[in-house]
Amino acid sequence: MDFLNALVALLNFVVIPATAYGAQLALGALAATLVYGVLRFSNFALGDTMAFGAAVVILFTWWFQSMGISFGPVPTAILALPFGIAAMSAVALLTDRTVYRYYRRVKAKPVIVVIASMGVMFIMAGITRMIIGVQEIQFADGQKFLIDPTAFRTATGLNEGLALRMTQAITVVTAGLVVWALFWFLNRTRTGKSMRAYSDNEDLALLSGINPERVVAITWIIASGLAVIAGTLYGLDKSYKAFNYFALLLPIFAAAVVGGLGNPLGAIAGGFLIAFSEIGLTYAWKKVASYILPESLMPDGLMQLLSTEYKFSVSFAILIIVLLFKPTGIFKGKAV
Amino acid sequence: MTNARNRTLILFALMGLLLLLEGTVHWQVHPLNADAAGYTILSGSWNVVLEIVLMCLLSAIMALGVNLQWGYAGLFSTGIVGFVALGGLAGVLVSLPPVTAVWNAAGVGRLVVALLTGLGVVGLAVFAYGHLKGRARTWGVTAILVGGFFLYRAIFDPAVAYIEANDPAAAGNIGGLGLPALVAWPAGALMAAAAAWAIGKTALGLRSDYLAIATLGIGEIIVAVMKNEDWLDRGVKNATQIPRPWPVPTEVSLQESQRFLDFCANWGLNPVNASTIAVQLLYALLFTAVLLLILWACELALNSPWGRMMRAIRDNETASGAMGKDVTKRHLQVFILGAAICGMAGAMLVTRDGQLVPSSYTPLRFTFTIWLMVIVGGSGNNWGSVLGAFLIWYLWNKVFDWGSAAMWSATQYMDPASGLKTALTGSAEQMRTIVMGVILLVVLRFAPKGLLPEK
Amino acid sequence: MSKAPQATAEPLTHSDSHARPKGVSGKEPFLIGENMTGGYGAADILHGCTLAVEKGQIAVIVGPNGAGKSTAMKAVFGMLNLRGGRVHLDGEDISSLSPQERVRKGMGFVPQVNNVFTSMTVEENLEMGAFIRTDDFRDTMAQVYDLFPILKEKRRQPAGELSGGQRQQVAVGRALMTQPKVLMLDEPTAGVSPIVMDELFDRIIEVARTGISILMVEQNARQALEIADMGYVLVQGANRFTDTGAALMADPDVRRTFLGG
Repeated sequence: MDFLNALVALLNFVVIPATAYGAQLALGALAATLVYGVLRFSNFALGDTMAFGAAVVILFTWWFQSMGISFGPVPTAILALPFGIAAMSAVALLTDRTVYRYYRRVKAKPVIVVIASMGVMFIMAGITRMIIGVQEIQFADGQKFLIDPTAFRTATGLNEGLALRMTQAITVVTAGLVVWALFWFLNRTRTGKSMRAYSDNEDLALLSGINPERVVAITWIIASGLAVIAGTLYGLDKSYKAFNYFALLLPIFAAAVVGGLGNPLGAIAGGFLIAFSEIGLTYAWKKVASYILPESLMPDGLMQLLSTEYKFSVSFAILIIVLLFKPTGIFKGKAV
Repeated sequence: MTNARNRTLILFALMGLLLLLEGTVHWQVHPLNADAAGYTILSGSWNVVLEIVLMCLLSAIMALGVNLQWGYAGLFSTGIVGFVALGGLAGVLVSLPPVTAVWNAAGVGRLVVALLTGLGVVGLAVFAYGHLKGRARTWGVTAILVGGFFLYRAIFDPAVAYIEANDPAAAGNIGGLGLPALVAWPAGALMAAAAAWAIGKTALGLRSDYLAIATLGIGEIIVAVMKNEDWLDRGVKNATQIPRPWPVPTEVSLQESQRFLDFCANWGLNPVNASTIAVQLLYALLFTAVLLLILWACELALNSPWGRMMRAIRDNETASGAMGKDVTKRHLQVFILGAAICGMAGAMLVTRDGQLVPSSYTPLRFTFTIWLMVIVGGSGNNWGSVLGAFLIWYLWNKVFDWGSAAMWSATQYMDPASGLKTALTGSAEQMRTIVMGVILLVVLRFAPKGLLPEK
Repeated sequence: MSKAPQATAEPLTHSDSHARPKGVSGKEPFLIGENMTGGYGAADILHGCTLAVEKGQIAVIVGPNGAGKSTAMKAVFGMLNLRGGRVHLDGEDISSLSPQERVRKGMGFVPQVNNVFTSMTVEENLEMGAFIRTDDFRDTMAQVYDLFPILKEKRRQPAGELSGGQRQQVAVGRALMTQPKVLMLDEPTAGVSPIVMDELFDRIIEVARTGISILMVEQNARQALEIADMGYVLVQGANRFTDTGAALMADPDVRRTFLGG
């Protein structure tokens, strides 16, 4: 019984949140890695792309809610996602047209493009905060729990209640579908393959008659889609605050680098690695331990290795370790 | 050559003119339905000008540091905010008086032991990594680090609890060494240099994106530590009453000085206003002296064989590497130097503000704007960095005012209760962000060499 | 400029600016880069260089290091701006076309390095080769597999995991997927063992037999000239000797200077 309680507590406070968070990071890291692979720069505007996209989704959600449209137990925001993606794709294509394309033409050094992406980041951040404000926004509606902790406790007789929030389940399911669709696209379609070819060897892709501008445009659309979905899921799962998305940049980049920049599979693995490390190291293990350790062995403290304020230092530490020992990432990436 | 010099002189003169206008012309707009006070376009106040100029001077020092890294060596770092914040921390740790109640074996003593233990563990791990092989190495190093971590926490946690329990409303920290504020400046440089060494060792020599990502991380972590480690700097409770550097007096002491009062009477000045301005002026002189010193050193370095080699490496890393130059080592040097200058400016900043506010260290304010200054001024040109710092900081201040004024004017015929009006008039802060971003993109695209191009 | 013709009276001995007007040999070669002058930057690398290949034949460009061999071939493919001269394919002037447009006109190019998509499987490499084709290219793929049976065996493997010789086969196969009329190879045997080299040359002969013209740059001059219908010896961006492969091999001057005796 104690063992089951410990297991439920572990699922409840570590496995489920980390899986949901990992899925969000993985989607973000996929966007980062795709842009890196095709456009060959680290897009610092990614965090604010997520914030902007999620803001548009929230606006549509409110509009739908005001018209009485809902999606049953599923948050209305999921219904608004396609609109957010469409808007974000348009913005990304416009940005590419006005900013990035020029640097591609003159074959600017990647670092110049990174600086340009910082400029884009600030403009996007400003616009986002202008249209939606800087306050914290809860926009998850629909059913709150898929597995209700109280009901679970009554049903099983355990002390610990297992909670699976709707947003967490939606996150994992959506992320799974998106990743499946993305890999199907990259590995099975002619356009997807041409994208991989361009990312692999730009000159040879040109020789093969692949149109670089088309590849770039598709990359922006896909990356926007991933970013909006990641941003919306993150906002649903936690809450939406425009400022928070900049801070997501570090774990997302860390996930992409750890997995090997330019490698989609690596980005997913990196996302989950970062999420589980972050939550595992900042979780107070006392609760789980109290079920399995005998009274005499219980330590006094919370058994928390790192305070939650330092969760970003976990991604940083992992990033540094990888850079020190395996700069191309766990899965082989493009960059050294 | 003379052309470049004329350009420099003219642009600096124009900048001076902008500041002169700010100090002499008072201009406000009064849109309908707005506050009676109106919205300022130009303040006409020398106090405001001095306030802006002081930050311009400090920003110029930071920009010189970044120019060293970027303009000379082509290193792209996004952790400037971290180095500036570390400098601020140095201000606290060096110049605040010690909190004597915790300077005993249970408090600071134990803390020092903990930190030494931590260092020892890392040293041991590095030693083991160098002397063990294969699986023994992996497990050995892991065991040392994990065991060491728990040992460190076992010593460290009680010390922190003890220190933070001491009068948390007023103290709860260890205080500082009680040394003069001027000592904090070089100390800030040293602390930033140490952090830069650690990060440079890891991320230099890899491709440029990795340095950008790694420095982004170090910047965030330094600020997170300063926000959360109350024992160190009181965290978000802010460390206050950081002493002023010699020879800057307090306004009150000036107002009590008979000589100063006589002086004011002679010139027909209001002693309260005059004392404020006198203090600002003294700071300005002090900061200008430091700025000129660093500028002189940077110019000297730029035109020395070292500077030429640095630019040669920047322009063609492969060729320089092939010619036997140790590129990574040179990059590490210049990265540390640049960070040290930013750290020094950070220390100067807190000794002027009189307090350390960890939450004020945002990347927007201390990383992005400094970058903007360097790029707008002209990457690789030290005078450009100074000019860029003045111009951008001036705009940073004014765009906020102008944005408010513009929004109120544009919406003056709208329904005061309308949500759109509230959103627009409340967005001056956002407008500043957007304008800065637009400036960066425009300069990068249409004048990538900046206002004063590198010679 | 180039030296006078040596010990032979063939009309194609020498490429002075106007040495080969259309009428002389009856009809223009299938592909000809005539009197090409130009380089990547300010300085010219090519000085009035002429290369030509007939349908189904193999033309080989040899010469010392830095002679502009690869540059000459890239010029034919449109990868640098020519200041003088012109390129004709099947009687059509293609001088102003981009490399991509030349691919569509029926030219296939295999670069010396980075000539495969390393992270993609062999089959995907071939598919990418056929990217511009909108028709069914399965037949062509089968032909490539017939030509290089090892590729069929490894078709699900990433090209980056193959050996050097196998990679070159992928590279050639990729270029063949557009069903080119001319195949241009930049040092196809660089860095492979002599045995693999012989095999590659055999395959190249087979490709030529299907009616595809081959223009290739080779470091291994002796072996390459053995299979060449026409050989071009370039020195400092200009033609030094031009003759059939066999004639060049027999020329004592060529032997002494370029083939090591």
